[in-house]
Amino acid sequence: MSTPKDDLPDTHIDALYHEVPINTGGETIHAKRAPGPFRTLKWYGASIWLILFLGPYLRWDGKQAVMFDIPGRQFHIFDITILPQDVWMLALVLLFFALLLAAVTSIAGRVFCGYFCFQTAWTDVFTWLDEKFEGSPLQRRKLDQAPWTFKKIRIKVIKHAIWILIGLLTGISFTLWFGDAPTMWKEYLTLQAPLFAWVTVGTFTFFTYVFAGFMREQVCFWLCPYARLQGIMYDCETILPTYDEGRGEPRGKLKKNVDANNQKLGDCIECKQCVVVCPTGIDIRDGQQEGCITCGLCIDACDVIMDKIKRPRGLIRYASLDEMEGRPQPTIFKRPRVLMYLGIILFSIAGIIYGLNTLGALELKVLHERQPLFVLQSDGSIQNKYVLKILNKTDAVMQVNVSATGHPELKLVGAEEPLDLPNGRVSPHTVYVRIPNAKLTQDTLPIYFHVQDITTPEHTVEYKSMFFSPKK
Amino acid sequence: MSDKKTNQVGDTGHVWDDNLRELLNEPPRWWMISFYASIAWVLVYFLLYPSIPLIDSHTKGIMGWTAINEYKEDLSKIEQVRAPWENKLKGMSAAAILADSDLTNYTISSAKVLFGDRCAACHGAGGAGNPGFPVLADDDWLFGGSVESIQESITAGRQGMMPGYASQISTTEVDELANFVMALSQGNGDSQPAGKALFDSSGCSGCHGADGAGMHMMGSANLTDGIWRFSSQDQLESVKYTIANGVNTGEDTARNAVMPSFENQLSAGDITKLAVFVHQLGGGQ
Repeated sequence: MSTPKDDLPDTHIDALYHEVPINTGGETIHAKRAPGPFRTLKWYGASIWLILFLGPYLRWDGKQAVMFDIPGRQFHIFDITILPQDVWMLALVLLFFALLLAAVTSIAGRVFCGYFCFQTAWTDVFTWLDEKFEGSPLQRRKLDQAPWTFKKIRIKVIKHAIWILIGLLTGISFTLWFGDAPTMWKEYLTLQAPLFAWVTVGTFTFFTYVFAGFMREQVCFWLCPYARLQGIMYDCETILPTYDEGRGEPRGKLKKNVDANNQKLGDCIECKQCVVVCPTGIDIRDGQQEGCITCGLCIDACDVIMDKIKRPRGLIRYASLDEMEGRPQPTIFKRPRVLMYLGIILFSIAGIIYGLNTLGALELKVLHERQPLFVLQSDGSIQNKYVLKILNKTDAVMQVNVSATGHPELKLVGAEEPLDLPNGRVSPHTVYVRIPNAKLTQDTLPIYFHVQDITTPEHTVEYKSMFFSPKK
Repeated sequence: MSDKKTNQVGDTGHVWDDNLRELLNEPPRWWMISFYASIAWVLVYFLLYPSIPLIDSHTKGIMGWTAINEYKEDLSKIEQVRAPWENKLKGMSAAAILADSDLTNYTISSAKVLFGDRCAACHGAGGAGNPGFPVLADDDWLFGGSVESIQESITAGRQGMMPGYASQISTTEVDELANFVMALSQGNGDSQPAGKALFDSSGCSGCHGADGAGMHMMGSANLTDGIWRFSSQDQLESVKYTIANGVNTGEDTARNAVMPSFENQLSAGDITKLAVFVHQLGGGQ
C-alpha cells in the first residue's frame, strides 16, 4: 500500500480507482447512464413497481380489488376473500417466490437484484433525478465539491424535496393496500389518519430517502441478506455478466496511428466504460464479485465500444463459467438443481390452486370434551360432548343442519333445530352424541360430523372426531 | 493490516510474559456511543420511574408509575370488555340466559373459573364426578335437573337422608334387597321376588317410589337406572353397605353426602352463572 502510485503499471487496480472514483464506503458513486438493451430491460423490470402505486385504486364489484384488511382479519383479492384460517396458502406463496428466486438465480444470476429489486428500482429513479437536476457524473462531482452558492442550494433543495416526495408517495401507497384507498387519502389530506398509518408512512419515507438517496449500493453490500443468499446459489452453469478474459487480455490503451493488430493486445482497450456505468462501482473485469447485481449495464457500455473499434460484441456478456473455461454446458432442463427447484415451484403452485379451489363457505372443527371423556346416562347410553366450531365465510348469516354418523344407534342431541351461523366468524355450538353402551363394541369409535347449508346445499363440510366409551 | 496497526498503538507500559503489552486502543466509536447512551437512558429512567430505594420508601419518579396501578389498569380494561355482557346478565334469570346462545356461551366461559374454584374439588373438572360425589355431566339428578333446581341446590345446599337398616332387617334380608336393587338397575327387578317384597314391606318404596325411580322432592336416588350415587368397583357390596348403614344418619358408619350452601360465599349473579354452567355440562333438563 505504501508503493508510490507512479510505479504502478497502468492497468493496476489502484490506478483505475484513482482515475474513476470507486465507492469504498465513503464516496458517492456517480454512474454514467448509457442507453442500451439492458438499460431498457432495467426500466421494464423496475416498472413492475408501478403496481405498488396504482394497485390500490383498482376497483372490483364496487369494492377495492385488493385489500389486506388486518383489523377485520380478511384478505380481499378480487373475488376471493381469504380468512386467517386459509393463510396456510401464504406459506406456499412464500415458498413459490423463494424457489422462483432460487431457480432464476441458478439459471441467470441475480436477476432479481439487477432488474426487479426495490432498492435497484428506487435508486435508479433517484440517480435519474440526479442526472436531470445536476447533470453528468462529472458535473455532479464538481457540484458536490463546489462551495455552497445559492444555485447549488436551490438545485439540492429541489432534488431532495422530490426525493422525499417519492418516499412519501411510496409510504402512502404501501398503506393504501391495507385500507380503503379513497378514504385513506381523505384521512391523509385532512391529517386525520390514525397514528399507526403516520408512523408507517414516516418509516417508509425515511428509509426510501436514506436507502435510495444516500446508501444506494451500500445497502446491497452491507445490509441485504438476499445479495449474499443469491451469491451462493450460483454454480459453474449459471450465466452471469462476465468479462471474456481470453479475448480481452492483455488489455491496453488503443494508440492512434498504430495498427491495432500489431500492438499484440487483447480486445479490452482499457476505456473503463464498464466501470463508469456500474451502479455499484465495481470492475467486472476482476471477475464475479459480491457487488455485482448482474444488471448488464456494463455489457451495454462495452458493446458500444466494441462497435466503435470494430471488434465483435460480447467482450463482456452473459456467460457461464463453464463456457468461459471451455467445458460443455448442459441445457437448463438437464441441470438437477434447476429441476429440483422447478419441482418445488410446481408443488407450491399446485397447493395454491388446490387451496383457492377448496376455500369453501364453511369450515368445521370439532373439539371433543376431555373432562369427562364420556358420561353414562340414566337410559344406559354413553354420552360424549362436542363443541362444533363452525366458521361461516360468507357475507350473510347462514342456517345449517348438523348431522353425525358413525354408529347405527347413534343419537345426536343439541342440533335438532337448524343452527344460525353469524357471518365472517367462528361460532361455537355444543352438541352431544349418545350411543347405547350395550351396542358399543370398542372403546373408541370414529364419528363424522356433517354441516350443511340449508339454502345452498353445496356448502357442506365434514369433520372426523372420536367417540369414547368405558373400557370393553 | 491489523498487525501493522497494533505496532503503532502506544501501551500503558504494562508488559508481562516478556512481550504481552496492554495497548491503549480506543474502544470503538459505536461502543462509546452505546455506553453514553446507556448512561443517559439510566438518568432518564431514574427520573421517570421509581428507582432509588430510601430507608422506608423509594423515589416515586415523575410518571407516578406503580406495578399495582398497571395491574389495575389492565384489570379495568378486561372489565370494560366484559361490561356489556355483565350489564346484560344483571338480574337475568338462568332460564332467560339459556334462551340466548351468545349469552350462554359468555356465561359458560365466565363461570369456568368459578366452577374450578368452588365445585371441581368434589365434582371433578368438567363435572366428571368423584367417588362419593355425583357426576354433574349426566342426566341423572337427585334433586332435579332443571336450571332452577340446580340454582336452588347451589344456593341452599342439599342434604338427603336414608336410614340405616342394619338394626331392622337381617343380613340375609340386606343381601336380598341388594340383589333386587342391582337387578332393578338392569331393568329386571322381577327376577328377585324376595327382594321386591322386602322393598315394599321395609318402607323403601316410601322414598324411592313404588317403581324405585326416586323422587326429586326429597333427593331419593333413582334405582332403576345404571347410575349409582355411591358407585364402586364392587357395586353389590356398595349397595349392601348403603342399605345397612344409610346416608346422613348422624352415625359414623353412615354414608356422608352433603352439598354445602353457597349463598353466603357467592353473589346471586355468580350462582346464576354456575347454574347455567352446570346445566350445560351435558345433563341439564
